[in-house]
Amino acid sequence: MAALDKSLILFGVVSALLVIASLIGAVLARRVTSEAGVATVANLNARIRSWWVMVAIFAACSILGFTATLLLFALTSFYTLREFVSLMPTQRADHVPLAAAFYVLLPLHYWLVWIDWYGLFTILIPVYGFLLLPSLSSLQGDPANFLSRISRIQWGVMLTVYCISYAPALVLLQIPGFEGQGFLLLFFLTAVVQLSDVMQYVFGKLLGKTKIAPVISPSKTVEGLVGGGLSAVAAGAALWWITPFSPWAAAIMACITVIAGFLGGLSLSAVKRSMGGQGLGNHGAGARRRARPHGFSELCGSGLLPPDPLLLHLTRGFPGHAQTDPSWIGQGAARKEPGFGDSLGPPCQQPSAW
Amino acid sequence: MIDLVLIGLTRFLVGGHAHWVGTVPQERQRIYFANHGSHLDALLLWSALPRELRATTHPAAAQDYWGTGTVKRFLAQKGLNAVLVDRSRSSTSGDALAPLRKVLAEGRSLILFPEGTRSGNRMPGPFKSGLYRLAMEFPSAELIPAYLDNPARALPKGTFLPLPIICRTHFGAALEPVEDGGKEQFLERARAAVAALAPPVEAMS
Repeated sequence: MAALDKSLILFGVVSALLVIASLIGAVLARRVTSEAGVATVANLNARIRSWWVMVAIFAACSILGFTATLLLFALTSFYTLREFVSLMPTQRADHVPLAAAFYVLLPLHYWLVWIDWYGLFTILIPVYGFLLLPSLSSLQGDPANFLSRISRIQWGVMLTVYCISYAPALVLLQIPGFEGQGFLLLFFLTAVVQLSDVMQYVFGKLLGKTKIAPVISPSKTVEGLVGGGLSAVAAGAALWWITPFSPWAAAIMACITVIAGFLGGLSLSAVKRSMGGQGLGNHGAGARRRARPHGFSELCGSGLLPPDPLLLHLTRGFPGHAQTDPSWIGQGAARKEPGFGDSLGPPCQQPSAW
Repeated sequence: MIDLVLIGLTRFLVGGHAHWVGTVPQERQRIYFANHGSHLDALLLWSALPRELRATTHPAAAQDYWGTGTVKRFLAQKGLNAVLVDRSRSSTSGDALAPLRKVLAEGRSLILFPEGTRSGNRMPGPFKSGLYRLAMEFPSAELIPAYLDNPARALPKGTFLPLPIICRTHFGAALEPVEDGGKEQFLERARAAVAALAPPVEAMS
């Protein structure tokens, strides 16, 4: 199936599902009267709205192409890093490392993604940024709370720049038999994570008993995780046709994504709590963010960020085998259906057209 | 045109949105006074005002910073509509206020930073007497306190590049006009009004 066909089918199916979900949400909003019920339905409707926004953004991105998508994600990184930094206590001595993070690291990192220099963009921030930023801070000569300050800066940059940039980087993957379909892989990731989130919530409400980390995240339970996780894995397996994976491989990837999303989400909840959670994502009516789906807290809490690097690395295969031989991925990549990529002509076949 | 570019850049980098509490934007002569933490303050306060008010509101800008260098002078005069004030000790305080008096005499509004200098503290320090004198001479001008949140973090003293840190401008209810209480009392009242607008510090670790 050509990329365009797949995208259209996918878009059609997802829109249909969302319309049904919105209708259900609207009906529920009218029927439900109990206080807890109203809150749950409001939560559900907010989530459905955010999905509509995500679908719209995906559609816009696949039409506009890779460079526009990368710019959009770069802006998202900028805004979320700005929000993160505004919320942490900074000192005068942090000015230079923060300026370096915003004006040097962020553009440099995204440029490396744009030119697809995998080897460098994977290590720029975790290694060079990690070493450089504290040095810049120490040059200012303020030892008070030094370790906390530099850790916060590093954490912020890792989360908002590094993790977010892997989403568009997924689009870049050159997989034989799957060229130009990177957006579908990104959609796969987003769908699995979102579904896992919702199903964990649903199963948690229905069957939840054993809490996992009550102080950090009171709503996460073992039953919720297992039920929600399994549903998401099933959905991931069902979506194998938009990925280069076979159904089994897709299920394994979905499983890894769910676990990474859960663990990542948990640690981010801990970060939120230690920073006095209230402020994150709520930075006043003034912080209008145009088309972006919600703030920092939504992005992080949904566990969407941590799986991104994992998925990219795993899909590329182990170091050294990356580009040329992803045979471990399974029959998905080996499928050579007649007319693959031919039916709609050049635009679908050239990844550089993105 | 320049002003739109400046404001666009401000919004992109530091936000600078307004929060009106106890008062609303109005087309009348006003003296806005705020705490002073960075060179961004004039730009922030001015850009937080709605479009109609920006044309008639002039921020007071320090001559020794905004008047030096062609770019800054250009930005201050063409972009911000600023009034340059000479802060040097050599001129008597009467002369220093002359450009401000001229603006007020024309019925336009003013933005002042009564601390006189940038302070690194969250709370405003003691105010200089300029505000008192102007309030006495122009009783028809409404006195609106304002608190600028974060610009001192975005562009602290001695730095050149502003950090993208979200800044907000809080406008407060008009100050009661000058009574016979005297200069010190008035200035303290004004200072307290600005301090009251500061948002509570969130507990962070």
